[in-house]
Amino acid sequence: MTTATLSPIPLSKAASFEAQAEKAGARRNRLLSLPALIIIGIFGVLPLIIICVYSFLVAAPYGGVQWQFSTDAYLNFLFQRDIFDDTLQFTPDFLIIYLRSFLFAVVTTIICLLLGFPTAYFMATRSPAQRNWWVLLITIPFWSNLLVRTLAIMFIIRDEGLINNALIGLGVIDKPITMLYTNFAIQLGLLYAFLPFMVLPLYSSLEKLDFRLIEAAYDLYATRRQVLWRVIIPLSKPGIIAGCLLVFIPALGAYVTPLILGGGVHLMIGDLIAQQFGSGRNWPLGCAQALILMAAVLVALFFYVRNTSGKLQHG
Amino acid sequence: MAEPRIMDIKDQPGFRSVAIICLLVLYVPVLILMIFSLNSGSLVTQWEGVSLNWYGSALVNGEFHSAAKNTLIISVTATIVSTICATLAAIGMTRVKPWRGLAAAFMVINLPLMVPEIITAVATLSFFALIAGTFGLNFGIGNLILAHTVFCIPFAYMPIRARLEDMDLTLEYAAADLYATPWNAFKRITLPLLVPGIMSGGALAFIVSFDDFTITQLVAGPGQTTLPLYIWNQIRRPMTPEINAVSTILLLVSILFVSVSFLIARRRAK
Repeated sequence: MTTATLSPIPLSKAASFEAQAEKAGARRNRLLSLPALIIIGIFGVLPLIIICVYSFLVAAPYGGVQWQFSTDAYLNFLFQRDIFDDTLQFTPDFLIIYLRSFLFAVVTTIICLLLGFPTAYFMATRSPAQRNWWVLLITIPFWSNLLVRTLAIMFIIRDEGLINNALIGLGVIDKPITMLYTNFAIQLGLLYAFLPFMVLPLYSSLEKLDFRLIEAAYDLYATRRQVLWRVIIPLSKPGIIAGCLLVFIPALGAYVTPLILGGGVHLMIGDLIAQQFGSGRNWPLGCAQALILMAAVLVALFFYVRNTSGKLQHG
Repeated sequence: MAEPRIMDIKDQPGFRSVAIICLLVLYVPVLILMIFSLNSGSLVTQWEGVSLNWYGSALVNGEFHSAAKNTLIISVTATIVSTICATLAAIGMTRVKPWRGLAAAFMVINLPLMVPEIITAVATLSFFALIAGTFGLNFGIGNLILAHTVFCIPFAYMPIRARLEDMDLTLEYAAADLYATPWNAFKRITLPLLVPGIMSGGALAFIVSFDDFTITQLVAGPGQTTLPLYIWNQIRRPMTPEINAVSTILLLVSILFVSVSFLIARRRAK
């Protein structure tokens, strides 16, 4: 509507053209979204419904499912059935993997935020030309092959990798420090993988920061630290929340990183799920585990929506 | 803006160092991997001399050829189909009066971005296993193309929709004013203005398809090795710098397409 008022033709006439154009095209245009919706509906949404169904079935011996109702998949998540007296025993193995993945994801999010915030702020305060270069430099790893980037980390921290070779060469150590296939390796890999996912949303929020407010704070005798904590950070809250979510969700469901840097010894949720479809041959259990992960993601998204909509109401 | 006093007010102590550290952390490992692809020796992490041998041995490798062929078939098809669908959907969801279910449609389009990849992977695997078991249907490499198309659509959709929303509507109204049919107005006005968005979206769709590992690994049948799967198979054997060479090729393709998409988007911003 604002475009109509800016146009050189009289408002009433413009509005009528607009109405005409809209009427003519509106109903047909709507149908244009059908191909995308059908493809995602059949090959994206329907599979999710199928795993909901599968999670209530019985595992077939060689992978796949048998059409027989059972809640065993969910019971197996926390309990193991005793073969002799058929009682359920609490087995926290899966729960521990979930909690550990949660911890990995939280630590990744916090460290990414601590590194990413100063970086994004620094980027946002450069001249426009410099800013473009910085954004491109952060965007490239964002879109680069995660498998290859993880491999790059693996080469560096291997027993005969660059770090160990360098330390041995310098005479600091005489036996290589084992870093690969440890929790440290997974944590490092997650940080490396998801750092750009934190920087970019933070940047796009900080870029819109009204720097007159910072000037005003200094005029009112605020210190640098006060400006940071009481002006800049509160104003960039939407970016911080978006960045944390973009790091936390993929880190929680990470698959490639623990697969390569954990070496199948230190599992995360992603590998656990994939295992049920591979060597574990328990598809219903895998489906149940996937849905429990999905529930965790939905909780995170719910907090995001509640936080941002609350923000809109106040603003 | 460029006054030193104002820049000084904006600065926070230590932020510059953190930014530089971040950049180093992001680039040094990848650069080392790329440098070692030029190693003449046969060890992945022991430098001997410069040569292009490993690129040569990768390029004559039959497995690499078939993986590259599969990757191109899958990503090019998925990119074309998803970009067309995303373009149509973006028009159908911006150039209309808000319709009932618009919010739900938007959610469906973005669903592949919200669901963790591993869940999409096992769900797609279960789906194809079910239709193979029930109807005896197996699309072969088409399975992978369909799976890729699904997660490519939202990546292609975003830049196209952004472009449509930024567009000056008065041009379309002027066309209608001058008796252009809706189709003509679209063909002569909207579409040419939309081309940069479509190219940017297409480039992103291509990258995410080209690079995908998780979903491909779980859905791929025997003989459907793509380049990321080829690298994964190499990791599990005694490694030679050939893996660095193949990895470097993959990285260079990503960098090329990201830069193209970025430059197109930046030209729009000017």
